[in-house]
Amino acid sequence: MKTYECDVVVVGAGPGGSMAAKFCAQGGLDTILIEKKAEIGAPLRCAEGVSKKWLEEVGIEPNPIWIRGDMKGAIIKSTKGTTFQLDESKAGSEVGYVLERHLFDKALAKDAAEAGAKIMMRTSATDVIRNAEGKVAGVKAICFGEEIEIRAKCVVAADGYESQVGRWGGIDTTLDLNDIDSCIQYRMCNIDVAPDYCEFVIGSVAPGGYVWIFPKGDGVANVGIGVMGRLCKGKADAKYYLDKFIAEDHRFKNGQILEIMGGFVSTCPGLDCAVDDNLVLVGDAARIIDPITGGGICHACRTGMYAGKVLTECAKTGDFSKKALMAYEKMWRGRMEDKLVRNWMAKEKLASLDDETIDQMIVFIKEANIGEVNVYNLLKAVKEKFPKLVEGFEDLI
Amino acid sequence: MKVDVCKCLHCGGCVGSCPKNAIFLNDFVLEFSDKCIKCGICVKLCPVNALAME
Repeated sequence: MKTYECDVVVVGAGPGGSMAAKFCAQGGLDTILIEKKAEIGAPLRCAEGVSKKWLEEVGIEPNPIWIRGDMKGAIIKSTKGTTFQLDESKAGSEVGYVLERHLFDKALAKDAAEAGAKIMMRTSATDVIRNAEGKVAGVKAICFGEEIEIRAKCVVAADGYESQVGRWGGIDTTLDLNDIDSCIQYRMCNIDVAPDYCEFVIGSVAPGGYVWIFPKGDGVANVGIGVMGRLCKGKADAKYYLDKFIAEDHRFKNGQILEIMGGFVSTCPGLDCAVDDNLVLVGDAARIIDPITGGGICHACRTGMYAGKVLTECAKTGDFSKKALMAYEKMWRGRMEDKLVRNWMAKEKLASLDDETIDQMIVFIKEANIGEVNVYNLLKAVKEKFPKLVEGFEDLI
Repeated sequence: MKVDVCKCLHCGGCVGSCPKNAIFLNDFVLEFSDKCIKCGICVKLCPVNALAME
């Protein structure tokens, strides 16, 4: 069997994996990045909306090659039809770009390659390798049909929602059904939607989740839905609710579908612990996703970067033990944990509200004069008017 | 488990939701291992109803 040796093997060339590989390679580590598909960034499993602020934080320069649209704002709509329009001037931190993920992901992988990482395509991890002490020592994989071993001092699991590497390595990434959203999305054309606003529709239109319309220009948009796992009944629920929404909204009357994609997101506040001896989980694989929006790209990039930085430090002493890797744990929690927990609790409450209450809430938010609009300030306003809605997590607001 | 290959979108949602890590997605092919306990979670969650108990 062909065996490769390296310092770090990163499983999955999405944003989290490529960022981890880039920062490991930049730190002088011998890094292999493996991707099971034949193309990085495709097929798509994403709504492609991101905010802007974090890009600078992780050292990504906005590039017109992968920006499909620069949004002016967002529209939040109740199932009953009340809308609240958020403009960039008031919601700078929450408004952003609609990406071309197939180009964005390749750009990040290219950055990793330029930093010195080796990319192995069509290479699918099938298990972890364990050393004599039973600790993770790399991954087994199938590379173009051939069984191989990649031996490494540390494994970075960036295998997305599937999150199998962590489980092979002994980290339980199983989710509660409340913390899963089953999603489906259509790339639609010939539709009459606002070209520069991302739209979110909440309420019974999407039980426990929401419908999104993210414009891609020229009458094209990603139109998708997430339905909370607990509320799925095994009847193609996501597709049923999305089809119903589209059929009832006149803007889609002449719409046609160009592409159909599925994909799940976790809506929990992240794993209890995303590291073990010689093993680090990043991004979706670590279940680090905003539980309200389901947005995971910025979290993946941040955690990928943190992992790369921490592994660079670990390499100096050769210590990749769980204890040493807790520095990574501390980093991502310090930056994101409060917000993840707060939004997780807000998500639970939101999922329990009926259409009438959601409508009242949107009317109230519309009338309240909120300075900068972001999830935090919205919750703060809601806390004053509807204290019951934030019961249990008032302290976080 | 039975997979309706005409419906499956190869999204990997069932893989990440399986409490026993018993599903593997190889491009367009879903493989179920003998760890499957037929709990039905994948059937319940599939966005296009591509899965069924045998």
